[in-house]
Amino acid sequence: MSLITTLARLEAVRDGRAQPLTTVRHRHLAEQPLVFVPLTTAGEAGAPLGALVGTERERPRLLVVPQPRDRDLRFAFLAELAEEMLPYVEGFAEDITLEERKETDPETGKKVTVQAELCAGAPQLLVPGAAGVSYVRLLGRSMRFRRTAEQDPDAPHPAPPRVPLLGRWLTHFGERARVPGSSLLLPMTELLGRHWATGQSSLEDQHLGALLAWIDPPEGLTGAEAALRAELARDAAGQLLHPPAGPATDPAFDNKLLAPAVARHDAGLPGASKEIRALLETQLRPTWDAVWRGVDLLRALPEGVRAGERWKRDRWSYTAHRDRVRAGEPPQPRRDDAVTAARKLAAREAAQAQLEAQEALDDPLVMAGRRLAGEAFTGEVTEVVMEYTEAKVPRPRPLVTVRTDDGPYLAEGAKVHRVLPGGKAQPGEFAGHVPGEPGALTVRLTGGMGRGREPEPGSVPEKGDRVCWTLFEHAPRGGPELPDPERTPWTHGGPPGEPAAELPDPVTAEDLL
Amino acid sequence: MTRSPDSRPTAGPAKAAPATLRQRLAELRGPGSTPRPLDARALAALAANPGCRRRVLLDGAGVDKSALARALGAPAASGQSQFAIARGHSFEARAKADGGTELVRLLHEQLRDGTAAPEPGSADVPDLTAGGPEGRTARTALALREATAAGRWALLDHPLLALPVAGAPAFLEPDAVVVHPDGTWTVVEIKSFPVIDGAADPGKVGAAARQAAVYVLALEELAARTGDGDPARVRHEILLVCPKDFANVPVAGLVDVRKPRATTRRQLARLARVEDIAAELPAGTTFDLCLADDGKTAHRPAGELAAAVEAVGAAYAPECLAACELAFHCRARARAEGSVATLGRGLRGELGGLTTVESVLAAALGDAPVPEEAPGGAPDPTVVALRRAAALRAEALAPPLTGIEAAACR
Repeated sequence: MSLITTLARLEAVRDGRAQPLTTVRHRHLAEQPLVFVPLTTAGEAGAPLGALVGTERERPRLLVVPQPRDRDLRFAFLAELAEEMLPYVEGFAEDITLEERKETDPETGKKVTVQAELCAGAPQLLVPGAAGVSYVRLLGRSMRFRRTAEQDPDAPHPAPPRVPLLGRWLTHFGERARVPGSSLLLPMTELLGRHWATGQSSLEDQHLGALLAWIDPPEGLTGAEAALRAELARDAAGQLLHPPAGPATDPAFDNKLLAPAVARHDAGLPGASKEIRALLETQLRPTWDAVWRGVDLLRALPEGVRAGERWKRDRWSYTAHRDRVRAGEPPQPRRDDAVTAARKLAAREAAQAQLEAQEALDDPLVMAGRRLAGEAFTGEVTEVVMEYTEAKVPRPRPLVTVRTDDGPYLAEGAKVHRVLPGGKAQPGEFAGHVPGEPGALTVRLTGGMGRGREPEPGSVPEKGDRVCWTLFEHAPRGGPELPDPERTPWTHGGPPGEPAAELPDPVTAEDLL
Repeated sequence: MTRSPDSRPTAGPAKAAPATLRQRLAELRGPGSTPRPLDARALAALAANPGCRRRVLLDGAGVDKSALARALGAPAASGQSQFAIARGHSFEARAKADGGTELVRLLHEQLRDGTAAPEPGSADVPDLTAGGPEGRTARTALALREATAAGRWALLDHPLLALPVAGAPAFLEPDAVVVHPDGTWTVVEIKSFPVIDGAADPGKVGAAARQAAVYVLALEELAARTGDGDPARVRHEILLVCPKDFANVPVAGLVDVRKPRATTRRQLARLARVEDIAAELPAGTTFDLCLADDGKTAHRPAGELAAAVEAVGAAYAPECLAACELAFHCRARARAEGSVATLGRGLRGELGGLTTVESVLAAALGDAPVPEEAPGGAPDPTVVALRRAAALRAEALAPPLTGIEAAACR
């Protein structure tokens, strides 16, 4: 954690409310996100208890499993979930734009430009916290290998028709969520935690209620007081006033309220399942409202310029999965082969580097952290000396001297980058400190000045300008390309061969998901 | 050869506490209250924060920390869902079914040592029932000795082990211990979190390993004490049994616990001795809640209790919230003192000698000259960095100039 973040947390303690960590919003927020608040049965691997789901904050759909150990009831829940989620997820598939992109022609091996479909929008799932993201993955895993009666008439417990498809989509969302800076599936606690520093530890920030209490405390309370109330306050019957954001439930709720109701349901008493519905709604609704409150707070921040660029990658990812589903490809395998795994890791590393660069460029407060870390410097230009290369056609290589209070870690000849007024990056290299003038250093511009002998107007800073140079690249690329699958080295298991068809999970006599 | 896990001379576990200490601890608990036994989970948590004298004393004395926290007005959310408990029990029963046949088979399968597979039903399951914890530990020790001498597979279901901790005995109950035909012992830990496609939640596996490491330590201690004592007979790989995917079918894996074992051993050895902490308390200090007849309502004034708790120092960190019943009380105290420890260990480490929120902010935002590290030495680097951070933060957060102002500045 940077010292700037630390200071923000300490100021939050002093002021009794959260302090900004950013000046813009670094994640794209869809106009109409789908909020999903799941609850699970304690101790079971994948037995959902209920959920609130929907795109309209006033009209969430409540789905409930009155007896989580009953396979048919669970299937009914999943079928309803598919009915609620799939139309939303598939709703972005038809509206497309055409994009040009470079592809390698399989016959000639040359790079050619092709027109590719790109969906104009993409679905966005919001869950309360990191545990919700894991749960989406788990649900996806539990559903995608199921067989419907249509796929396999002999399946002992056929799944409802659209359930395996939902499993594939949820798996895709869960997988995408691991890419830094992606926004297809976002946990609210992480979103808020990225933009505000509270006066508590990051462990405590995992509690959505407490986090919101710090960011937007109710009238007359400090963040700490409000957070404590969100964490611990119970009513006379011993129930939490702010139920946990799930998917785990509060043990006191399970033992005192839910278990007796489930017992009544098992005994076949009338009204029991209605009672369970009402009970679960009391647990889910506050979290649902909290997620939407988080959305409000985030919407109040202007979106970072480059967040849209990352959202476009999400749209590519959505379009690609749409195509895989349409092409009738099998569900994602249980385990990635070496090539896929290596490719995913490389993509995530590249995304991480890109995210760090883009957040800094979008946001002076994030850039301040990089400056403090010696990875960037800002200063006023004190002198510009024109120089040229000694080639046949001389090119401009101006020397720009700036005075800065920052302490960048620069070695002789180190590459530095800055943003040109047009938005492009201009490279330069460190040419040395000015002797006898602490804080003054010289940078030689090496590009971004057009093709001519004289630099294009505006491409060289003038005396008195304030400029910000970074030591990191603005559009970092990934590492070297990976070999084709058929050339996988033996260290990675050799060529993967034909992927074996994944079998559905065996059905056991135990009545578990 | 005698070797104890915490390299401290140990007497018999049940007699580890001399009468005077036992009496002192009983006074701390309050008359009439039975000591709460220390379990492996609590020990692992204790080892995770060995600097907390408060926890050492309260746990060592067997004080009911949840009741204490309630009486102090800072109760922690505790308890387990009955769904989880039922699920845990049913899975454990399933894993241990048929006289341990399945469990021994899983273990043998994981060993891959080329020995013949055990015949179904060939494992001995000695009876371990006895009166009182001392009786049960003695019975366990005897059964282990017999099973080791017999040279066959044996499953000890819920044995009871004793481990001296900070000078007081802790009784530990692993899910099972398997004795191999070659006379070695394996700790078995049965958990109900799933292993999905061969992978389990690393956090949960880590917690299970830390817990099992405590059992391994206790078994090593026992092996060292019994006749032919050889602590090496305790295998350092424990068998973790979990449900496979979404079914109730057990799947097992060997987990190497050498690292958590070494950590726990070192941390437990570092624990200040309960005796020493108790001796430093003001005379008459007690955590007695003065419970009413219903056994729940505390009559002791919260202020008095808080003063008693305050008499022994705590080392609060946010991780305590998940591991200690008293954490909310300690957090409230730490916040009231303005300690930066409430914001996390990492953050605290960054701030050097500045330990309160107030002092950090004063150093960062003040305009007094930066204090020197040593007289005549370099300026304090923490303060220099803080000043710089504060200046950069203020610059970035300064309200942007409006068009007119910006034009005026040109």
